[in-house]
Amino acid sequence: MPYIPLEEHLPGITGLLEYDKIAAAPIRELTQILLRGESTLTECERELIATVVSNGNQCKFCTAAHTAAADILLGENETSQKVKENIITAPVSNKMKALLTIASMVRENGKAVTQEAINKAKAEGATDIEIHDTVLIAALFCLYNRYVDGLATVTPAGSEFYKGLAERLKNHGYNRLPQGYDHLKKNKTVAP
Amino acid sequence: MAYINVPEGVPGIRSLVMFRPETGKPLYELAQMLLRGNSTLTEAERELIAAYVSKRNDTMFCMMSHAAASRALYGNDKNIVDDVLKDLQQANISSKMKSLLNIAGKVQILGKEVKPEDIEAARKEGATDKEIHDTVLIAAAFSMFNRYVDGLASFTPTDEKEYEAMGKRMAEKGYVAPQPTNNQNH
Repeated sequence: MPYIPLEEHLPGITGLLEYDKIAAAPIRELTQILLRGESTLTECERELIATVVSNGNQCKFCTAAHTAAADILLGENETSQKVKENIITAPVSNKMKALLTIASMVRENGKAVTQEAINKAKAEGATDIEIHDTVLIAALFCLYNRYVDGLATVTPAGSEFYKGLAERLKNHGYNRLPQGYDHLKKNKTVAP
Repeated sequence: MAYINVPEGVPGIRSLVMFRPETGKPLYELAQMLLRGNSTLTEAERELIAAYVSKRNDTMFCMMSHAAASRALYGNDKNIVDDVLKDLQQANISSKMKSLLNIAGKVQILGKEVKPEDIEAARKEGATDKEIHDTVLIAAAFSMFNRYVDGLASFTPTDEKEYEAMGKRMAEKGYVAPQPTNNQNH
């Protein structure tokens, strides 16, 4: 049960973003720019940063959602799994390994990011903008993870819900749906 | 020295926003809505939550600037800010604010650290759903801002006078994103 009254058909972050639409607008805009805006990092790479940070913060909802988003963009589910297990041995480029390492440090604390980790990323070809966006994506998910868990939002079990969510993120990104979310009420499964 | 090529001598988040104005716009709008928008928590109280979380994250720039903004907004009661930052339990503030700051401190650690009894305690002191929501979101947002500022090693001034002026400006004008310079990256 969430700590504050949220709409039952909107688990996880969606219920919160509908609860306070005024604060949600800049959060959505920032997310859309960082995860779907123009970038030399692919959408999938950026979803992997979100996945690794959410996983480290033990936020089940965000981890499942962004894992599903990365999987649907990649067309397979091995990379996201391996990245969560071990960044260094995961099947991603050396540049991505260096950026995911920075993201994990940011997750711990901003001060945990070392000059050495930055140098490594630059040596692997990461640009200043890529480093900037990696740090800000990681920081943004430290917000999301705390918002979602700090108010005890509902985390649906099973993978079906997240597949649907990933489909929505793939097609519409992070902007609020123009028609809102009332249509999702129809899909609500009846509790036993 | 910051880790990326931001304008030199510009402190904290301002330098980062000048480097990347596109993301800076929603970041400043979020700060404005959370700290200056409609709420039954005063602006001084919300700035205090921001300063408290920043202190726990050891982010000097955000802690000093939001503490200064909170002092400016508290006016004659400005000692409250330093009392809270020194020792929350002993500070002379309302039991409601104490319980909300307790929640903010839990959020700073991790979302799942907030327990039903923390929420119950705040409700018993009269905190509303919206106040609990706003406290959690401000604490979560500063868990982001702090990491952004420190994660890129942005410039942190050490002169307290500089923060006093900054705090006054934040109290009077709120959060307005700085204009971008001719950074060679853009």
